[in-house]
Amino acid sequence: MEITMSINGTSYKTSIDSNELLVDTLRRLGFKSVKRGCDTTSCGICSVLVDGKLVPSCSFYSLRAEGKEILTVEGIQEEAREIGHYLTAEGAEQCGFCSPGLVMAVYAMQLELTAPSLEEVKHYLAGNMCRCSGFEGQHRGIMKYLEVATNAN
Amino acid sequence: MQINQSIPKVDGMGLVLGRPAFTDDLADDNALIVKILRSPHAYAEIMDIDSTVALKMPEVKCILTHSDVSDLLFSRAGQGYPEPSPYDHRILDKYVRYVGDAVAIVAGTSEQAVQMALKKIKVTYRVIEPVLDFEQAKTAKTKVHHEDGTHSMFPIGHDPTVNLSASYGMEIGAVEETLEACDVVYEGRYYTQPQCHAMTEPHTATAYYDFQDRLTIISATQTPFHVRRIVGKTLDIPLSKIRVIKPRIGGGYGGKQAIHGEFYVAMVTMITRRPSKIVYSRREVFESTYTRHQMRLDVKIGAMKDGTIKAIDMDVLSNTGAYGEHSLTVLMVAGAKTLPLYNKVEAVAFRGDVVYTNKTPAGAFRGYGAVQGNYALESAIDELADQLGIDPVSIRRKNMIAEQETSKIFEIMGEGKEGTAMMIESCKLDECLSVCLEKLNWNEKYPRRQQTDRKVRGVGIALAMQGSGIPYIDMASAILKLNDDGFFNLMVGATDLGTGSDTVLAQMAAETLGVPAEKIIVYSSDTDLTPFDTGAYASSTTYVSGHSVIVAAERMREEILRAGRRHFDSEDVTYDGMYLYCGTSTISLKDLSTLLYYSEHQEQLVTTGSYVGKKSPPPYMVGGAEVEVDTLTGEVTVLNYVAVVDCGMTINPNLAKIQVEGALVQSIGMTLYEDMKYTKSGQMINGSFMKYKVPTRMEIKNLDVSFVDSYEPSGPFGAKSVGEIGSDTPPAAISNAIKNALGIRLNRLPMTAENVWREIKKDKKS
Repeated sequence: MEITMSINGTSYKTSIDSNELLVDTLRRLGFKSVKRGCDTTSCGICSVLVDGKLVPSCSFYSLRAEGKEILTVEGIQEEAREIGHYLTAEGAEQCGFCSPGLVMAVYAMQLELTAPSLEEVKHYLAGNMCRCSGFEGQHRGIMKYLEVATNAN
Repeated sequence: MQINQSIPKVDGMGLVLGRPAFTDDLADDNALIVKILRSPHAYAEIMDIDSTVALKMPEVKCILTHSDVSDLLFSRAGQGYPEPSPYDHRILDKYVRYVGDAVAIVAGTSEQAVQMALKKIKVTYRVIEPVLDFEQAKTAKTKVHHEDGTHSMFPIGHDPTVNLSASYGMEIGAVEETLEACDVVYEGRYYTQPQCHAMTEPHTATAYYDFQDRLTIISATQTPFHVRRIVGKTLDIPLSKIRVIKPRIGGGYGGKQAIHGEFYVAMVTMITRRPSKIVYSRREVFESTYTRHQMRLDVKIGAMKDGTIKAIDMDVLSNTGAYGEHSLTVLMVAGAKTLPLYNKVEAVAFRGDVVYTNKTPAGAFRGYGAVQGNYALESAIDELADQLGIDPVSIRRKNMIAEQETSKIFEIMGEGKEGTAMMIESCKLDECLSVCLEKLNWNEKYPRRQQTDRKVRGVGIALAMQGSGIPYIDMASAILKLNDDGFFNLMVGATDLGTGSDTVLAQMAAETLGVPAEKIIVYSSDTDLTPFDTGAYASSTTYVSGHSVIVAAERMREEILRAGRRHFDSEDVTYDGMYLYCGTSTISLKDLSTLLYYSEHQEQLVTTGSYVGKKSPPPYMVGGAEVEVDTLTGEVTVLNYVAVVDCGMTINPNLAKIQVEGALVQSIGMTLYEDMKYTKSGQMINGSFMKYKVPTRMEIKNLDVSFVDSYEPSGPFGAKSVGEIGSDTPPAAISNAIKNALGIRLNRLPMTAENVWREIKKDKKS
């Protein structure tokens, strides 16, 4: 079947299998930032935004993306660089496999929450797994980033 | 100054931005999809495989079974040669030895078609009664490797007739006699569980023939040179025809030291002449790669009334699962990297057997046996102190190792063979202990505080040591190349698997050359382009590979000076990183290097450095846990974990800190939550992130990691290793904290709410 969706502001028409998952469609179209860490929506690594909402693309049928706006890290490079500046300043990206998904979640969090506390941040990002960093470095970086981002607004 | 600087990882921003960097990102878009048909039985003989229907599918390009591949025995362990692990594995075998063992390799043009083909292959099995309980393995009727021809490269105590993968024993002094003469002897038995690495990037490999008909394998591996050697030997390909590229890796922790998918893609590509790739499913990562070795540890410790520890005896039974990768060496490390902590004993003995069972194979996992040994030893020390009526801090201070001391164990126990004698030149355990107690607010909090009727808090500590590479075995090398415009390429075989080792090595090169770190462009690793390195394991990269980088950089300094002397036509030339000086004349390195390649005495400056460790200086750590136990539910919350580390000089303090924080959380996961659960017939029932509980950010309340000032004279810029030491203390420190809170010793991991609740119930009854 054929679907049309917007990915990072550009319209894509692509043919998909009826049971194809968005993570696979996006990777096939070259959006390699989207990675599969599991297939049970448990790790958050494949997170993308669909019409502004954070979804795990490993469990989102591509046919549901028809007419929707998809956002991946490739589409928010400037914001990702900002967040990345604070993550890498702590060394908290480590292997980096979970970083694009985490960046998408932080981006989505900012759309939803204003000046969240550390507890709110942890709660919002609870679904974003990381096996390398132990999380504390991520929190140090994200809190510094949020402070600067909040002050800038 | 480039050392002791927290510069960001050189590859960090690219990864955050999502640039294609991992194996699956780099695979050919048209690569055949490779999947493995896996055994549903814990132990069975394959009587027949009928692939005719599957082969009729037009999308299916290749199906391989045991009759299509070499029956050569080898070890997948990914260790140096000759390996201390038994040769007990075939690419595909007539026997399947655990649920998830490989039966057939299937390759096709689409994921869906290959999935369907897997279902259409009919396998007839003769099911054999499996050995699932590792404590029964030695006497079980079933032999996991019964008619195999399995063998070892040198004596490792391998005896498949009694399901022994390896065994080891040593004794210094007379332990039994010494124990008899002690005022108090504590005896305890401890159990640790298999743990899954759960790295976020599943095992992934892709293969293709390049334009010169050389087989290229891109793999998420910690050991590209071992992959080349083992794949080449096993598939009978000259090593000159294989190139292994290690791109960025999404975590390894030991789980990617071994060879997993590389054989499969190599064979499919050799047969079909088409590119191929394999991406393990999450379930396969759980079920069909590696676990941490499950162990049963019996400890006996004897001491005099004044707290002097006189003798320690440790007896270990380790479960290697279906194949014996790392069986001997992980066992030995359980003793070798724990017992020297108490080096003043009169007698010490260590024995152990590593048995085969029909379970997922065990392999290398951060901590490498030291975690298990530490849990038993450091819990036992607390119990001994309790028996003696001494506090757990004083007994440690009285008996623990200190600077300018040694332990006979260093000389006797190496990895798979005898060790290397060494004097401890840096050991700040005493200071680590003081700082840890202060940060933990020990005096106020020890041993327990009742918070509410239900909730009680306790504190506990544990000491730890690790190593820095394997002396006279772990070898590393580096190549430095000066480019026009005055920047350098640093090519290392060392395998950055997300730790930041590329960055740390660039810092060492920059410091030696007197240039900023951004002038060093690091590339790791590629068997065609980068020099040899045994790989990223055994906490070796900073210490061993770091040394090789310094050697190459020192030589490069000499080369630059030589070019400068020729340029100025004078012997009297100095160099400060930016400029070369001769009397009142100067030339920048940038200008000199451009001259060198375009207009004057043209010559490429390139240097190499090699290093093999002559000792393995241990980093030390004191871990302190404050826990809260809900006595109604048994739930344990780690409120605070304090880690005070002596890893010598920290080359990059931020990255060192993250190494320790990450290791702590993995180990807290092992202590409290993580467990591979099996049915009675050997099927893993929680092989997904939904069911296997890895700690999330919600469980982590507070980590407090710091480093004491330390300098290891034998280390590169005074550094020791830091990658594994963080793993060692959580099981014992948390167990000690729970004991202090409840008065109950948890002697079995994981200490889940359910298990703690059961112990509380048992305790009430008695």
